[in-house]
Amino acid sequence: MTETNIILEAKGITKNFPGVLANDNVNFDLRQGEIHALLGENGAGKTTLMNIIYGLYRPDSGEMRVDGKPVIIHSAKDSIALGIGMVHQHFMLIPVFTVAENIMLGDETVKRGVLDRKGVAAKVAALSHQYGLDVDSLALVGQLPVGLQQRVEIVKTLYRDAHILILDEPTAVLTPQEADDLFRIMRELAGRGVSIIFITHKLKEVLAVADRITVMRGGHVVNTVTPAETDEPRLASMMVGRQVILTVEKGASEPKEKALEVKDFKVNSQRGLETVHGISFDVRGGEILGIAGVQGNGQTELVEALTGLRPPTGGAVRFDGQEVTGSMPRAMTEIGLAHIPEDRQRHGLVLSYTVADNMVLCDYYHPPFGVRGIIQQTALDENARRLIQAYDVRTPSPYVPVSKLSGGNQQKVIVARELSRPVKLVIANQPTRGLDVGSIEYIHSVIVKMRDNGAAVLLVSAELDEIMALSDRIAVMYRGHIVAIVNVKEATREQIGLWMAGAQAASV
Amino acid sequence: MKDKFSINVVWDWLRSAWSAMFVPILAVFTAMVVGGIIIALVGGNPFDAYLGLFQGAFGSVKALSETAVWATPYIFAGLAVAVAFKGGLFNIGAEGQLALGAVFSAWIGYALPDALGFDLPAIIHIPLAVGFGMLAGAVWGAIPGALKAYMGGHEVINTIMMNYIALNMTSFLLNGAMKDPSPTNVIARTPTIAMSARIPRLFDAEVLRVHWGFILALVVAGLVWWVLWKTKLGFEIRTVGANPDAARYAGMNVEKIVVLTMAFSGMLAGLAGSVEVTALNYRHELGFSMGYGFDAIAIALLGRTHPLGIVLAAILFGGMRNGATRMQFLTQIPTDIISVIQALVLLFVAADAIIRFIYHIRTQEERVVLTRGWGG
Amino acid sequence: MELKRFGFIAAIIVVLFSVVVLIGSSQSSPLVIIGSMIATTIAVATPLTLGALSGLYCERAGVVNIGIEGMMLAAAFFGWLASIYMNSIFGWAALPSLIGGVFFAIFTGGLFALLHAVLSITFKVDQIIGGTVINILAIGVTGFLNRQMFFEKGSIFGGNVPHAPGTLPSLAKAIDSLCNGGCGGLVNSISGSVIDQKPIALLAILLVAFTHYVLFYTRWGLRTRAVGEHPRAADTVGINVQRMRYANVIIGGLMAGLGGAYFTLESVPSFEPLMTNGRGFIALAAMIFGNWTPFGAWAAALVFGASQAMQINLQIFRESIPPQLAILQISYIVGLTPYILTMLILTGIIGKTTPPAADGVPYEK
Repeated sequence: MTETNIILEAKGITKNFPGVLANDNVNFDLRQGEIHALLGENGAGKTTLMNIIYGLYRPDSGEMRVDGKPVIIHSAKDSIALGIGMVHQHFMLIPVFTVAENIMLGDETVKRGVLDRKGVAAKVAALSHQYGLDVDSLALVGQLPVGLQQRVEIVKTLYRDAHILILDEPTAVLTPQEADDLFRIMRELAGRGVSIIFITHKLKEVLAVADRITVMRGGHVVNTVTPAETDEPRLASMMVGRQVILTVEKGASEPKEKALEVKDFKVNSQRGLETVHGISFDVRGGEILGIAGVQGNGQTELVEALTGLRPPTGGAVRFDGQEVTGSMPRAMTEIGLAHIPEDRQRHGLVLSYTVADNMVLCDYYHPPFGVRGIIQQTALDENARRLIQAYDVRTPSPYVPVSKLSGGNQQKVIVARELSRPVKLVIANQPTRGLDVGSIEYIHSVIVKMRDNGAAVLLVSAELDEIMALSDRIAVMYRGHIVAIVNVKEATREQIGLWMAGAQAASV
Repeated sequence: MKDKFSINVVWDWLRSAWSAMFVPILAVFTAMVVGGIIIALVGGNPFDAYLGLFQGAFGSVKALSETAVWATPYIFAGLAVAVAFKGGLFNIGAEGQLALGAVFSAWIGYALPDALGFDLPAIIHIPLAVGFGMLAGAVWGAIPGALKAYMGGHEVINTIMMNYIALNMTSFLLNGAMKDPSPTNVIARTPTIAMSARIPRLFDAEVLRVHWGFILALVVAGLVWWVLWKTKLGFEIRTVGANPDAARYAGMNVEKIVVLTMAFSGMLAGLAGSVEVTALNYRHELGFSMGYGFDAIAIALLGRTHPLGIVLAAILFGGMRNGATRMQFLTQIPTDIISVIQALVLLFVAADAIIRFIYHIRTQEERVVLTRGWGG
Repeated sequence: MELKRFGFIAAIIVVLFSVVVLIGSSQSSPLVIIGSMIATTIAVATPLTLGALSGLYCERAGVVNIGIEGMMLAAAFFGWLASIYMNSIFGWAALPSLIGGVFFAIFTGGLFALLHAVLSITFKVDQIIGGTVINILAIGVTGFLNRQMFFEKGSIFGGNVPHAPGTLPSLAKAIDSLCNGGCGGLVNSISGSVIDQKPIALLAILLVAFTHYVLFYTRWGLRTRAVGEHPRAADTVGINVQRMRYANVIIGGLMAGLGGAYFTLESVPSFEPLMTNGRGFIALAAMIFGNWTPFGAWAAALVFGASQAMQINLQIFRESIPPQLAILQISYIVGLTPYILTMLILTGIIGKTTPPAADGVPYEK
C-alpha cells in the first residue's frame, strides 16, 4: 500500500466562479494504491477540485500529471481514458434505465447495429462478482435501494478500467453498517492497486479508513497528514480555522406535557406506495425528539404529512390535545407550528423574492402585514429590519433577493421567520445540511433555546452526530417503521447504527 | 421612513426603469434594422417605408388617435398575458377569451333591450355589456386553469385548443343565430349594438376615433399594477408563479390561485374584446381579432410583464400596425412585414442574450424563467 | 404503453367509425365506408404522425418544442414555393418539381429547428417562449411572402398565382406510370383501397417503425434518452449533451418539414395562410398521449385522424343525417371534435404520462 510512486498530481490549481474563489493555488497528490481522504466543510472547494480532475470543469490555471506525464483533461471522456473514475455525491444514474444500460452508457457495445445488452450484462455480472459488488444487470436502477445504486456507480468505473477512483461524500446516504461495508470494499480495491480519493466532511471516517488526509478550507489546502499524526479536534480546527467545540452546550431538559401525539400514522409516497407504516410517537414540550435514520426511510413523507404538505392515509395526530390530522400548512402554522424544511430552496424560500418578502412568506395575510387584503409595506420593512438584526443575517440590505445570500444565511432567514412567531412545536428537517460550521453552531443553539423556552422540538436528521448531540430522546426510523425509541443517555452510537440498518428492532 | 418623494428616490426609480427598458429598446431597434434589410431584399426602400410608418403612427393628431385606438386592446390583452406569466402560467388563449368577450358583449349590446322589451340607460347598459364580456373571458380562462390545477393538463395546449373552440363557436353563432339580419349584409357579423351600449368617443366622433376605452385601459393597467404588488392576492399570484412548492409551504391554496390567475387573465382578455365592440366597432365582425393573441404575448414580453412597460409596448405595436397602412399606401410594401418585424422583436426580447452579444452589454440579473416544461 | 391506453384508443376509433357507418349506411355499404374511413384516417393522420415524431425527437433529448406548428407552416409554404419555382421558372416536369419541393420543405423544417435549437440550447431561452417565437415568425414570414410574391403587382409572378404542379401521386398511380400501363391488374386492385396512399403518408408510417428502432435499440437512441432524462449523468460519461440536443432537435425539424410538405404537396396543391390550423399542437397532444413512444404517438395520431375523417365523411353523407342529430350537419360543431378530444386526453383521465425527466430544462454545467 505505501509505495511512494505518485500516480496523480495536481499543481497550482486555481478556479474562479462568479463571486467565489473555489480553488486557490491547490496542490494535491495521490500515491499508488492509497486511500487518500480530502477533508473540509461544505464550500471548502473539495468537490470543485475533484470535478476539475475528472474533467467536468477546467481550471483557470495549474497543471496535472498522471503517472508522471503531464495531461490536459478537457472533459470526462479524457479522464475516463486516463483511467479516472468518479462516483458523485448525487448519483449520475438514470432511474428509468437498467443497470446494464447505465453502465454501458457512453461506452456502448453494438452488435449488428443493435445494442448488445446481453453481452454487457454478462460482462457486468462477471466484473461485479469479481470485486464482491454483486448487482443485477437487468434491474431498473430507479427501483434499487441507495446502497446498491452506489455499487452500480462503482462497477461503472471499474467497467471502464478505472485505476483511480474518486468518491464524493459516499457515506452521506449510507447507514453506519453500510459505510463500514463500503470501507471494506475500498480497502479491497486499494489492495488490488486501485488508488482512491475520498471526499468527506466526517472526521471519524477519515481517521478510520484513510492512509493520508488532506484538509481544505476556503479554497486552499491547509495541510496533509496521516491519521497517526492527528486527532478529531485538531482536524476540526484545521477545517474551520479556529477552535471548534464539537459538542453542543445543553442543559438537562425539563419536559412538560405531551404536545405532539402521533398514532398509527400512515403516509404514501409521491408514487402512491405506502412509505410510513403506521408509526406512533410523541413529543413533549421542552424536549427534543430526534428521528435518526438514513434518508429515504420515510422521514421526508412523515414530515410532509405532519406539516400539511402531504395528506396522510391513516392514523391520527393530536397537538395540545387538538385533533390536527391532515391539517393544511396554514392551519398548522396558526396553532403554533414552526417548520424548517428539508429543502430550503424549494419549500422554505422564494429565491427571487427579497429577504424582507421571504420573512413574511407565511404571515402576509394577517395583520400587521396584511390588512383587508392589502399588504402593509411599512410593517413588512420594520419586521425585516428587526429580524435581520436579531438573527444576525448577513445581507447588504433587506431588499436583496435572497438567492444572493449564502446557504447559512438563507437558513437563518427561514429560522428567523419561523421562530419569530409564538411557537409551540418546531419541526426541523435536516436543518444544517450543506452549511458551514459557524452556521451549524448557530442553528443548534437556536434549536436548544426553543426547547428551553418550552417548545416541543421534532428534529429529523441523517447526521447521526447531530442527533446524538441535540436530542433528549432518539427514535430510529427504518423502512417506514420506528424500530426504537430511547433516551439519549441509554443508547450507544453502535446500537443506533444497528437500528438504522434494520438489525434487531428493539421493543418500542 | 424616508421621504418617499425625495429627488433621490425618483432618480433611482428612473435609473432602474431605464436599465429595464434598455434591452427591449435595443431589441426593437435591431428588429427594425433586420426588417429594413428584408424590405430592401424584396426591392423596397426601407427609409421611405419607415418614414411612412412613423408618419402613419405618430405624424398627426388623427394618426395619434388611431394609434391609441389600436393600442387599447393591446394594452388589455398584454396585461392578460402578463398576469398569467406572473402566476407562472402561459396564457396563449387570449385570442379566444377576447373573441368570447366580444361576442357576449355584442349580444348584450344588441339583444338585451329587445329581450327585455324596454330601453336601458347607458349607465346600466354599458357596464352590463362590458361586464358580461369580462365574465365570459374569465370563464374561458378559468377552464384551462382548473384543468391545470386539478388535473395537471398543461395550459399551453389547452388554451390553444380553447382558441379553436372559441373560433368555431363564434363562427357558428355569427353565421347563424347572431347574424346581422339586414338585407344588405352577407358577412358573418352581429347587428349593431344599441346606442345605449356604446362607450363614447373622447372628442368629435366624426374626426377622431379615439374613445374612453383607451383611458379605461390606462386605468386598468394601473389597477393591475396595484393588485399584483400591493395586495394579498397579488402576492399569492406572484409566489405561486415564482415557486409553487414554497407557496404551498406558505399555506397558500395553490390550486385555487392558479384558477383565479387564469380567470383574472381571461377577464382582461375578454375586456379587450368587449371594449373593441362597445367603443369602436359597435358590433362583432368575425375575425376582427385575428392575431391579437400572439401580439399580446409579444407585448407582454417586450414590456417585461410590467404594466407600465406593457402600456408602452402596446402603444409601439399599435403605432406600427396603424402606420403600416400608410406605409403600404406610400411604398406598396405589404402590411404583413409588420408581423415579421414583430416576430423579430419578440425573438430579440426573448433571447436578449443575442442583443447583449451584439451590443456588448454585460449580463445582469437572472434570466426570466417563465415556464417549466410539461411536468405538473 | 399499457393495455388501458391502447384500449381507450381502440374504443374511440370504434365509436368514430360507427357514427359514420350508421349514418352513411343508407347511401353506401358499411364495408366500403369502413374502407374509405381507414384510407382517409391514415392520410389525414400523416401530418399529426410526423409532427408527433418531431416532438418526440426533441423532447426525448430534453427540449420542449411547441413550434412544430410554425415549422410545418413554414415548410408547407417554402416547399410549395420551391416546387412552383422549379415547375414554372426552371421548367421542370411536375413530379421532379414536387419531389424537389418536398426536399426544400424538409430543409425549411430543419432550418427553423436550428433556430429553435440555438435559442433553447445555446441561449437557454425559455423553451415555450422560443417555440412561440418560431410560430409567430413562421406566420409572419409566410403571410408576408405569400402576399408579396403572389398578390402584389410588382411581384415575380405578376400578381397571379401560377399553376402549381399538382400533388404527389398515390401508390396506384405511381405503379401505373412506372409500368407504362402494363400492370393494369395490379393497379386496379390497389386503386382506391386502403394501401393506395401517397408517398408522405407511407413514409410517415415507415418513420414510426424506424424511430422505434433508433430510440430503443441503437447507441444513438440510448444517448438521446440519457440526455433527456439526466443530462448531467450523460455528461459525466463523456457524452456531449449540447451536441446530442442540437442533432435531435434538427432531426425533429426535418420530420416537421416533411409533415409540412404534406399540406401543400400531397393534400392540396395550394397554400392558404394559417392552413396548418392547429395540427402542430394536436400532434404534441398525440405525443404526450402516446407517452413519448413512437407507436403510442402514432396510435394517438390515428385517433385524431379518425375524428377528422369522420368530419369529412359526415359532410359527404349530409343528407342521411337523421333530424335528431342535425347538429352533426354543422361543420363548426363537428369540427370541435379534435380539439375537445385533445383537451380530454390531456387531463390524464386515461392515466398519467411521464415525460423525460429533464424535458424543458436547459442544461448548465
